[in-house]
Amino acid sequence: MDFNTVLQLLDSSVRLSTPLLLACLAGLYSERAGIFDIGLEGKMLAGAFAAGAFSAYAGMPAIEGGLGMTYGMAWVGVLAAIIVSIILALIHGFASITLRGNQLISGVAINFFAAGSTVLIGQHWFHAGGQTPSLAGAERFLPITLPFADSLKTVPILGPIYQGLISGHNILVYIALASVPLTWWLLFRTRFGLRLRAVGENPGAVDTAGISVVRQRYAAVLIAGLLCGLAGAYLSLGTSAAGFVKDMSAGKGFIALAALIFAKWQPKAALFACLLFGFLEAIGNKYQSIDLGIFVVPVQFMQALPYILTVVILAGFIGKAIPPKAGGEPYVKER
Amino acid sequence: MNTSLPKWADILLVPLLSLILAFLVSGLVVLFIGKDPIEAVQVMLSGAFGKFGIGYTLYYTTNFIFTGLAVAVAFHASMFNIGGEGQAGLGGVGVAVVALSLNWPHWTLAILAASLGAMLFGAAWAAIPAYLQAKRGSHIVITTIMFNWIGSALIVYLLVGPMQAPGMVPETPAFPAGASIPTLHDFLAVFGVEFDKHAPANISIFIALLACVLVWILIWKTRIGYEIRAFGHSEKAAVYAGISPLKIIMVSMLISGGLAGLMAVNTVMGEAERLVLDSVQGAGFVGIAVALMGRSHPLGVLLAAFLFGVLYQGGGELSFTMGIPREMIIVIQALVIMFVGSLENMVRIPVERLFLRFSKGAA
Amino acid sequence: MSSDKTDQGQLETAALVAPAIELIGVSKNFGPVQANKDIDMTVAKGAIHGIVGENGAGKSTLMSILYGFYKADAGEIKINGVKTEITDSHAAIAAGIGMVHQHFMLVEPFTVLENVIMGAEDGPLLRPSLNKARKVLAELAQEYELDVDPDAIVGDLSVGLQQRIEILKALYRQADILILDEPTGVLTPSEADHLFRILENLKAQGKTIVLITHKLREIMAVTDTVSVMRRGKMTATVQTADTSASKLADLMVGRHVLLEVDKAPAQVGETILEVKNLSVTDRQGVQKLKNVSFELKAGEILGVAGVAGNGQSDLLEIISGIAPANSGEVLMRGQSIDLTNKASAAQRRARGIGHVPEDRHRRGLVMPFKTWENAVFGYHNNVEFSGPMGLADQKAMLADTKAKIEKFDIRPTSPYLPASSYSGGNQQKIVIAREIENNPDVLLIGQPTRGVDIGAIEFIHKQIIALRDQGKAILLVSVELDEILALSDRIIVMFDGVIQGERLPADTGEQELGMLMAGMDPEAET
Repeated sequence: MDFNTVLQLLDSSVRLSTPLLLACLAGLYSERAGIFDIGLEGKMLAGAFAAGAFSAYAGMPAIEGGLGMTYGMAWVGVLAAIIVSIILALIHGFASITLRGNQLISGVAINFFAAGSTVLIGQHWFHAGGQTPSLAGAERFLPITLPFADSLKTVPILGPIYQGLISGHNILVYIALASVPLTWWLLFRTRFGLRLRAVGENPGAVDTAGISVVRQRYAAVLIAGLLCGLAGAYLSLGTSAAGFVKDMSAGKGFIALAALIFAKWQPKAALFACLLFGFLEAIGNKYQSIDLGIFVVPVQFMQALPYILTVVILAGFIGKAIPPKAGGEPYVKER
Repeated sequence: MNTSLPKWADILLVPLLSLILAFLVSGLVVLFIGKDPIEAVQVMLSGAFGKFGIGYTLYYTTNFIFTGLAVAVAFHASMFNIGGEGQAGLGGVGVAVVALSLNWPHWTLAILAASLGAMLFGAAWAAIPAYLQAKRGSHIVITTIMFNWIGSALIVYLLVGPMQAPGMVPETPAFPAGASIPTLHDFLAVFGVEFDKHAPANISIFIALLACVLVWILIWKTRIGYEIRAFGHSEKAAVYAGISPLKIIMVSMLISGGLAGLMAVNTVMGEAERLVLDSVQGAGFVGIAVALMGRSHPLGVLLAAFLFGVLYQGGGELSFTMGIPREMIIVIQALVIMFVGSLENMVRIPVERLFLRFSKGAA
Repeated sequence: MSSDKTDQGQLETAALVAPAIELIGVSKNFGPVQANKDIDMTVAKGAIHGIVGENGAGKSTLMSILYGFYKADAGEIKINGVKTEITDSHAAIAAGIGMVHQHFMLVEPFTVLENVIMGAEDGPLLRPSLNKARKVLAELAQEYELDVDPDAIVGDLSVGLQQRIEILKALYRQADILILDEPTGVLTPSEADHLFRILENLKAQGKTIVLITHKLREIMAVTDTVSVMRRGKMTATVQTADTSASKLADLMVGRHVLLEVDKAPAQVGETILEVKNLSVTDRQGVQKLKNVSFELKAGEILGVAGVAGNGQSDLLEIISGIAPANSGEVLMRGQSIDLTNKASAAQRRARGIGHVPEDRHRRGLVMPFKTWENAVFGYHNNVEFSGPMGLADQKAMLADTKAKIEKFDIRPTSPYLPASSYSGGNQQKIVIAREIENNPDVLLIGQPTRGVDIGAIEFIHKQIIALRDQGKAILLVSVELDEILALSDRIIVMFDGVIQGERLPADTGEQELGMLMAGMDPEAET
């Protein structure tokens, strides 16, 4: 394997890990505040649909009933994705915070709702079997070339790394990466973060300190919605899919959850966990089947590889992860 | 479930009201996509109960009884088995392996052996997530979902590889004639009852009904059922009483996987008579809604499975007559899970208040 | 908060006469249960006021109302003579009220500083608040004997220190009124004395203190005035100097109570249970038991004293088969027991070891289970309850349950009610009936009367003595020294996973046991 192949693999790992990372951070806010979120998958999928649909709508000529925009359509899509994802997040919040319902069941319901309604509405709007129209130009997020990327290309080793790996991603990739230190700072350096972490460990302590547990948890769930919306928008606007395809989240929300556990609910570790999963997927994509001499590893195995490794990692060959103590438990004042 | 409600309100009134809410919101969704909900209900009902529909309704019901029971048994051990889809898929492999293994002299033998094969394969697919949950604390919700994906990849591999029938189609050869089980039409004809000849409903429905009874006995009449319920309520108490968590997680999940796998007798053996791609078609997931609605009680599961049978068959009719995609059913299923499951307190709390005021007024 | 202070300055004459707390006609219902009925209470400024009452008398509910944790259905609260609406804890804090809950309201993975500032931060960023808190904490430490390392992780600290953090939290919020709910339950006698010194200091600085406890001795020792609650009502308020412990006990129960337990001298037989060099380390790597050895003989009650968390629970869990041990041996009638497996409680029962667990809600009972299911819990695989083909013989279970309900006077008497619908005393009777009626050779009992009303305590104590008199061996773990002293024939004291000493009840007293519980050697001291 030569240097360029490695670089290509890593480059594609970064792309593939971006939606995982956004969803994983979404889960991090939610679970740090004590709310399990199995519904990352559904929020992401609904976000992907909204982004694809509204970006297309924004770019559609006015005579055809669209907005006829010529630039910035992708941002309309992002906004729609965030709004839709936040609405689903609020439903999850209402079920698990206000009504103290079962958080797992709520998440499962949201996943099904997203899976069904995206196709239903997609078919109603676009009559294409649930797909949104193919997106082009400013309806998508295009690669950004960082300053001097091309002129530095010739510098040995570092040049290609800068040009091929660091430069040339779309804006959502950089937003996802920037979210990692931002999340760390927010959680560990601000009042908001202190209270958010506390509410996931001992909501009673927060309540008796005169802070609203409900408000704090809703805030966390809303941030999770925002990030899932971004993750979804990336799927339909930032990848080669160039539009929404039925079930395009393909379990990424669950893999993000596994990465979160692997990362022990730490932002920095989440970055590396997601990069790892992205890397595995990149390998699976690049090598459709591997000839081991004695037998050929079938393509289906390579496709299932991320799921298999998720199980392997969850099996805890990484040591025991201790989740936030009050996770999954609705807060009820003790009598 | 601590409640101040009388039992009938707890097990009937609250779920029914929740269900009505779920249907109302489903109606709104239908309106949103520009169709008439009233018409949709009419189409669904006539589609589900019509002469040619009922056979399909019962066929779907059979599937959902199996997957609903599967989820319900796991629920009793406080395990959330979302892997019914994969377990049922592997159950299909089990059925195919058995059915194709010899030239069955009579369908009675074949169905017995196939049921065993289905249960064995379904249980095996639940075994690894169960073991990892018990031994390593790996979250069973995530692992069972992963096993759904892995299972579907495995089945694709088998159907384009080792088990593929000659030709290009990804499916197994047709099962031998001896492995063909009677349809409901054949069965009812014996008693002189007329039934749609082309409907896929078959005698597996009796296996499903038997499974309801057996699960009821298991959960409420046996010692292992007692242990499963104790563990489901409190793992700490169970350990105190000498109940092994490993044993309960394994037993309940194996039974759960076995029940999900059994579904394949209905679909693979009773209908397709070969294993094809995506033979489960979401029935594993429907089991979640069915178990929630049925309060994990076999009788409740039976009723809820029938309701979803109606929805599925009626939903198919919707896409024919009104052009509403089949995914409408998934939306309804999601709303049922939501309103009956996670949003239950939205109905329960006002109902409780009402009862409290009523009983105070009476006293 | 500062405006409050100036108000007080202006109204100084009024504030001097106005009581710190005045409750007028406070009532609170939880569904059909009336927790507080028309409560009136007045606490003078700068006083230490005690509230005593049995479990479930409504003390904690009343204080939770004062702290804004619950909202009263009716009644009025005046703080320093001013009518105050305490809608939530935030309002209570603003009114100058601080509370130390029975179960500490701390975030364990946080540092002391982080716990102290949470909810009282000065701005959106943490650093300035942390710096300020560090300074304030240093001052408070000097003023009130409240030293704690501000950077320690709270979960690593002892309960005594955790309690100090709770007090510091209240003082950091400039509380003038401090409520403490059962503060000594988890403390050694010397830690409790330290706490009382702190309270005296606070009182000297003009703070008002409300102390909730069921320990009459403490009330007599530190309070100026005391209120007695019974069944949700305030039955009396008296000057502490004018009353006595036994008078308060009678007021609490509403009838005359015998604080002593009658028992004949023990007829001690052969050794039944031998524990040799038992050691265990928990998942965090903390050694919970260190080379613990003792013998338990037929016909005796061996009391295990100690502050909660010093290894007693681990001892019970290992012997009863709930948790495995790392090393050591347990012999039952000279035959070794396999200690490697967890979840082998069933084998223990088969060998004649019964167990009344410390936590009946989480271990001893399955709360949604009906009484007939709970009454055979752990014995459900016994031959007499086994039907054919794995079925349970529910008729036999019911008949057995009915006999237990009768014999142990469990109320209500229906075998079909879930455990959650019983009082604490009756729940405990279900557990004790189950374990005693299975006729064990050794009975392990943890906290037999925690959260149990006085009537049931008397009954349970009698049952334990009766079992001893049948020649059974009993290992009694309790954090209540009174109970240990009243019931035991022999006492071992545990501290930090070690047996700190062994005494005979006749030759010792609370003071000596208290020193052993704190890890001190009484002989070396004198």
